[in-house]
Amino acid sequence: MCFEAKRLLTRALGPVLMLMSALALGYGPEANQVNMAPGATAVGEQIYDLHMLIFWICTIIGVMVFGVMFYSIIYHRKSKGAVASHFHESTKVEIAWTVVPFLILIGMAVPATSTLLEVYDNDDAELDILVTGYQWKWKYEYIDENGENVTFFSNLRTPQSEILNTEPKGEHYLLEVDEPLVIPVDTKVRFLITANDVIHSWWVPELAVKRDAIPGFINEAWTRVATEGVYRGQCAELCGKDHGFMPIVVNVVSSEEYGEWLGAKQVEAAAIKELMAQTFTLDQLMERGEAVYARACLACHGANGEGGVGNAIAGSVVATGDLGPHLEIGINGVPGTAMQAFGGQLNDVDMAAVITYQRNAFGNNMGDLVQPIDVYNHKKG
Amino acid sequence: MGDHHHGPAKGLSRWLFTTNHKDIGTMYLWFSFAMFILGGTFAMIIRAELFQPGLQLVEPAFFNQMTTLHGLVMVFGAIMPSFVGLANWLIPMMIGAPDMALPRMNNWSFWILPPTFLLLASTLFMEGGAPAAGWTFYAPLSTTYAGPSVTYFIFCIHVLGLSSIMGSINIIATVMNMRAPGMTYMKMPLFVWTWLITAFLLVAVMPVLAGCVTMMLMDVHFGTSFFSAAGGGDPVLFQHVFWFFGHPEVYIIILPAFGVVSQIIPAFSRKPLFGYDSMVYATASIAFLSFIVWAHHMYTVGIPVAGELFFMYATMLIAVPTGVKVFNWVTTMWRGSLSFETPMLFSIGFLVLFTIGGFTGLMLSIAPADFQYHDTYFVVAHFHYVMVAGAVFSMSAAIYFWLPKWCGRMYNETMGKTHFWISFIGFNVTFFPQHFVGLAGMPRRIPDYALQFADFNMISSIGAFVYGLSQILFLYNVIATIVAGKPVSDPKVWDGAEGLEWTIPTPAPYHTFETPPAVR
Repeated sequence: MCFEAKRLLTRALGPVLMLMSALALGYGPEANQVNMAPGATAVGEQIYDLHMLIFWICTIIGVMVFGVMFYSIIYHRKSKGAVASHFHESTKVEIAWTVVPFLILIGMAVPATSTLLEVYDNDDAELDILVTGYQWKWKYEYIDENGENVTFFSNLRTPQSEILNTEPKGEHYLLEVDEPLVIPVDTKVRFLITANDVIHSWWVPELAVKRDAIPGFINEAWTRVATEGVYRGQCAELCGKDHGFMPIVVNVVSSEEYGEWLGAKQVEAAAIKELMAQTFTLDQLMERGEAVYARACLACHGANGEGGVGNAIAGSVVATGDLGPHLEIGINGVPGTAMQAFGGQLNDVDMAAVITYQRNAFGNNMGDLVQPIDVYNHKKG
Repeated sequence: MGDHHHGPAKGLSRWLFTTNHKDIGTMYLWFSFAMFILGGTFAMIIRAELFQPGLQLVEPAFFNQMTTLHGLVMVFGAIMPSFVGLANWLIPMMIGAPDMALPRMNNWSFWILPPTFLLLASTLFMEGGAPAAGWTFYAPLSTTYAGPSVTYFIFCIHVLGLSSIMGSINIIATVMNMRAPGMTYMKMPLFVWTWLITAFLLVAVMPVLAGCVTMMLMDVHFGTSFFSAAGGGDPVLFQHVFWFFGHPEVYIIILPAFGVVSQIIPAFSRKPLFGYDSMVYATASIAFLSFIVWAHHMYTVGIPVAGELFFMYATMLIAVPTGVKVFNWVTTMWRGSLSFETPMLFSIGFLVLFTIGGFTGLMLSIAPADFQYHDTYFVVAHFHYVMVAGAVFSMSAAIYFWLPKWCGRMYNETMGKTHFWISFIGFNVTFFPQHFVGLAGMPRRIPDYALQFADFNMISSIGAFVYGLSQILFLYNVIATIVAGKPVSDPKVWDGAEGLEWTIPTPAPYHTFETPPAVR
């Protein structure tokens, strides 16, 4: 108990010291950062400069206003025998304190306008990426002129055990994903941002991009990152239960590295296509299905199929009934509810595996197995 | 006063059937304090969960219910009714009227509130839990993806709107028709002026909110698609409609607070308000501007650049009348004869912290910078500087200032000052570090956060517990005053106080100004 209290005290005093050192040395490391990051893009730097300009203007005005106020508080006290004068109304003073702030505002509006126009200049992008928000993950689709789009989902990688405090938390706790977005350095990348279910917001502070992902709308934003590195962000718009658990990781690499990565992704996609034609055993499907379940279903249906936001799967009518309706719900979702259409999110192999898994796990014991071809046929109708 | 007048009825019926503006004002104030404690409890749960990274106390879904209910209860249950209560007590006494113009409606507009909040709180125990889409309840999270409690929530919003509209009509009718002879508009105390303007804002925007939640109701139950793109609707429309209500709502909360402070600072400076006329015009300007700036809450939704520029310029303009107000208060103090009783302390606290909130507001108005601030803890810090240090501090100031007049007993000054200092320190320890984590990249409304935000969050939580506990001292002080405070009988109570309410006996009799006073 005493140890705990001491540890908490140290933790609580830490930032005060950090703040002092940060103010003395400029901007410190990421932990206990007190200011906006200047970022890794030209626009980000402009925004940072704008932010600091207005911060200093406000600080100067604040010092003046509070200076006058505290002068009064100290020297015009009744207890010190101050006698109230009775002046009031002065047109000159009142005009001055209307006009001067107005002029200062114009001084702020000019750089703000030019930066805003820069942010909105989405033309001449060299690479287009479609970003789609899902409850609670991001989908990235690299748009290719030849229609060979590379598509993948990016999920939180932090294990539940760290979130529930049974294991120590890693360095990038909650800011790590299974598959990061990869973009080339010094290239104008345009993001086309939308959502599949509710409104999300795609935000990476150091890239100075924040744009809402709205179902039915496609918003545009762009970035040109000057230095290679890993940049981390989060969903910024409340999007339901796991809003705090859908991070964004952007890996900015050289254009050669980017080319290699893209090539590997295309090979991977071709391999999946081949897998779709194969027939699997129950064990193979169960193994793959467990992993898919953890990624796609667990958040709503529970680690043991006990339900949560979604219905229970253990012993459910759907998972222990006919295969047709089960496939239908998995592929097309239930309109008007939180149950999404996963047909576009999972490939046919993964869909076959997870349906098989749901029918044969958590005490469900249907014994039937679903092959990729069944999923394909169901989609064809 | 004439002796044929009877006093209040006895027992419960006094409160149930009362049409007396003082009784109704008292009920509003007690009710809003109860809601302040309830909303504060939700806030304590939020800060307890955020004390350390990781999930310790509550599930993410419940956390979202807490942030949602905290906002709804504080805005609609605590702050708004508290100022209506103050208006009920003070407006008739300030303009020399015997009561409010529409006393029976006054009774009703109060009594529909408690059942409504009971219903809203009961959604916590429903299947699927309470509403969890935030106090701004953006569609489609609040429609297609919401639990069954959303229907009850919509009903609650309708009734709260009804109550607010009735209260506002009453205030407008009272101020326009019941002023004592000689009490011209430009002689009215600023508190009355700010409430008159607030009442017009309420009448203008509460129906817009009603329309908004009605469209939600249609989407949820009748198959329409107002806010669903899949059916040809538009989720962004929701935000436009909501913020057309929501931005004026911010001024609905803060304008009466301006009024309170404009009464108290001159009283303890023993000097008239520097520029009465310009204060009135500034209030009216802020109210007008509040209607044309709503989309500054939506800079990131993708409105075209021309729209973005318009809303940015219009929002920046608000700094001008707001600056006029702050300069006026400071100039009023200049070369006054200042003393620092609790109401003055809270007013100065208001002035300092509200000004900081105004500065961050100006920063947020700059659209390109807002891309970095939007939906982070920087915004959370900003609006708590305005709502808590603005509205709640001014409300505390008002209670300490007028309570002796109301009950004829003086509060304990030492305890009052202690309450102020603990509040002031607790508040800043809570919310100042939130500027830092927001700028460093922590989004709002998350139940768990990355490790680099841990220390400031812990400090913030400690501050919140201190601030929360200090309100118990406030409650104790108020009750102790009413029950056993030192009696005061001087009609003026404060030597620097000006206005009609200080000409009637202390404590204020049940009926006042049955014959109109003479106003010079």
